[in-house]
Amino acid sequence: MSILLDQKTRLLVQGITGGEGSFHAERCLRYGTKVVAGVTPGKGGSQVAGVPVFNTVEQAVAGAGTNASIIFVPAPFAADAILEAADAGLKLVICITEGIPIMDMVRVHRHLDRRTTTLIGPNCPGVISPGKALAGIMSGDIHLPGNVGLVSRSGTLTYESVAQLTKLGIGQTTCVGIGGDPLPGSTFVGILKLFEKDRDTRAVVLIGEIGGTMEQEAAEFIRSGMSKPVVAFVAGATAPPGRRMGHAGAIISGSSGRAEEKMEVLRQAGAFISQSPAGIGEAMKKVMDRLAQ
Amino acid sequence: MKVHEYQAKAMMARSGIPVPRGEVASTPEEACAATSRLGGRSVLKAQVYAGGRGKAGGIQTANSPEEAEALARGLLGTRLVTHQTGPEGVPVNKLLVEEPVSIAGQLYLGIVIDLASRLPVMMASAAGGMDIEEVARDQPDKIIKVHVDLATGFRAYQGRKLAYGVGLRQELVNPAAALMASLYRLFEASDCSLAEINPLAITAKGELLAVDAKLNFDDNAEFRHKDLVEMRDDEQEDPIEVRAKKSGIQNYVKVDGTIGCMVNGAGLAMAVMDLITLCGGRAANFLDIGTANNTDRVVNSFRIFMADPSVRAILVNIFGGMARTDIIASGIVEAHRQLDITVPVVVRLAGTNVQEGKRILRESGLKLIEAADFKDAAEKAVAAVQGGKVL
Repeated sequence: MSILLDQKTRLLVQGITGGEGSFHAERCLRYGTKVVAGVTPGKGGSQVAGVPVFNTVEQAVAGAGTNASIIFVPAPFAADAILEAADAGLKLVICITEGIPIMDMVRVHRHLDRRTTTLIGPNCPGVISPGKALAGIMSGDIHLPGNVGLVSRSGTLTYESVAQLTKLGIGQTTCVGIGGDPLPGSTFVGILKLFEKDRDTRAVVLIGEIGGTMEQEAAEFIRSGMSKPVVAFVAGATAPPGRRMGHAGAIISGSSGRAEEKMEVLRQAGAFISQSPAGIGEAMKKVMDRLAQ
Repeated sequence: MKVHEYQAKAMMARSGIPVPRGEVASTPEEACAATSRLGGRSVLKAQVYAGGRGKAGGIQTANSPEEAEALARGLLGTRLVTHQTGPEGVPVNKLLVEEPVSIAGQLYLGIVIDLASRLPVMMASAAGGMDIEEVARDQPDKIIKVHVDLATGFRAYQGRKLAYGVGLRQELVNPAAALMASLYRLFEASDCSLAEINPLAITAKGELLAVDAKLNFDDNAEFRHKDLVEMRDDEQEDPIEVRAKKSGIQNYVKVDGTIGCMVNGAGLAMAVMDLITLCGGRAANFLDIGTANNTDRVVNSFRIFMADPSVRAILVNIFGGMARTDIIASGIVEAHRQLDITVPVVVRLAGTNVQEGKRILRESGLKLIEAADFKDAAEKAVAAVQGGKVL
C-alpha cells in the first residue's frame, strides 16, 4: 500500500500547456502515472504529450474521469486553480506553485474547511509512491519502492534524503512534500496519521525546518498517537533569527521556531534525531535493522 | 517588504485613521520650516527600517524651529544603530517632523495572520508603547485577541470587545471600534503581513491618535501592489542583498562565514549551511537559486560571491527537480567565461538531467572540485578554505 497516490490515481495537470506544466506532465507520464487530462482555460480541445486538454476542471472530471490534480499555475492565479479543483470534487489537490499571497491561502483554507479535499502544498515538490505513481517534480529514478514513509517541508532536501535512503537500499512507500509556506494545506500531523494507518509503512522520515510550530505539533502526535518509529531532521540550525530563509514559513521570530528547540521537542517525544542532514539515511538504517530483529 | 513610518501613516490617514500632523524633511532647512508650520515645536523621528529608535537617539524633541534645524543636522546623514540593526546601523536620510502630542494614555493595536487558526487576528492591549513580544511572553493575559472571518470581515462587536477589554471609557468605544475596522480593511486590501499602531494614544483632549505606525507587506503579493513596491527604500537594506534581488535572486541572506553557497531549494540551502558548520566551516550566505531555469541567475550568483570580500570558496550544490542541472552547469561555465573567479569552486550536481550537466562541466576544462555527494561537497569546501590540498 501507499498513501495519497497509487495505480488508481487518474491525474489532472492544471496549467499543462505552460513550460513547467508540460515538462513535468511528461515526466509523470514516463514514470507510469496515469495522467489523463490537462486544464488550461482557452486551450481546451488541444493535446499535450497525447493528454487531452480541457478548459475547466469540471469538464476534465466529466471527460476523463480524473480524481486528483497537480497544479503548475502561476502564483497570481493558483488559489483560483485550487478552489476550482476542490469545487469539481477532486479528493486530492497538489499545488506546486510557489509565491501565492498568504491572504489568498487564508481564503482557500476557509473554503476547504467545508470540503473533503486534501490539499498538499503549495510551494511543494509533490508526492511520489515509488513504483506506482508520481505526481510531483522529483526525479523518479532516485526513489525505490519499500517500507519507509517520508514527509518534508522542503523540496530538494527531500531528494537529498531519499537519495541517502535509496543508496542504503531502504525503499519508500510514499514521499510527501508538504511545502515551505506558512499556511500549508496538509501538516506533518495529517500525513503522519496516514502513514500510521498504512500497512506497508514501517517507519517514517520527517524533515522539518525553522519557523512555525508544525514540528512541535508533530512531536505531540508522535508521543501520543504514533506506534511507528520516526527519524527526524530540522534544517536551519545556523539560520540567523528574524530573516526569512527562502520559504515564506522559514523565519525565526523572537525565540520561537528555532531548529534546536524543535529537534529537542521531537527527541523528547521519542523521535530519532539526525544532527546532520547527511546522516538521515544512516539513522533510518539503524531503525530498520532494529525492526528486522 | 517594509515601508517607513511616514508612508504607513499616510496610508492609515487615507483609511480614516487619525495620525499626528507632520511633514517629511530631507534637509535641516526643511525640518526648520516644517516646525514653524507646526507652531514652533516638533518631534523629529528618524525614518529607518528598524525599531528601538527612541532608545538609540533617533527620536528627539525641538522647542523651536532653530532647534529643529540643529537637531536635524545632527541626525540626517548619520547611521542609526538600534538593538534591531547590526553594528553598522541603518542610514537616516529622512525625518518625520510631527506636532508634539500630550498623551493621557496609550494602547497597543496590531494585526497579523495567526498560523494556528489560519485567520487574521487583531490584538489589543492596555500595555501600549511596550515591546509587544515581551508583553506576550511575560503577561499574555494583557493581550486580547479576536479572529477575523473573511466572510464577515471585522465586525463592530469585535471592536467593542477589544475596546472594552483594554478599558477604554464609553465615549471612546465606538470611535475605537471604527478605527480598528479601518485598520483591518487596510490590512486585507493591501496584503499586509503586519499592521501595527503602537502606541495608539489617547490624547489629553480625549481623542485617539496613531502616534507610531508600522506596516509590513506580504512579498508574495507584490504583483498586485505595484504602488507599494515603489515605496521601498533600498538604502535601508544590505547592499549585497539588494543587488541579489535586482539580479533575480530573491532569496539571498548574508551571514558571517567564508563559503559562498549556491543551492536550489530553501531547505537544502539551510541544510548546506548546517552541514558546513558541522564540518568546521561557516557559510558566507544563504542563497536559494530557485527554479527558474536560466544561466543568468547562476552567473549573477557568482558575481555576488566575487563582490563579497569574505568569500574564500564557492560551494554549488544542486539537486535538480524543477531545476535542471544541465542549465546550472552551463551557467557555471558561463560565469567562468564572464568573471574572474579567484577562489576554489566545489560542485555537486544530482537529479534532473545530471548526466548532461556533468558532461558539460567535464568538457569545459574548468578546474572545478567535483563532489560525489552533499557531505563530500561540504567537506571539500571547508578544506579548500582551510588551504587543504583539494585542488
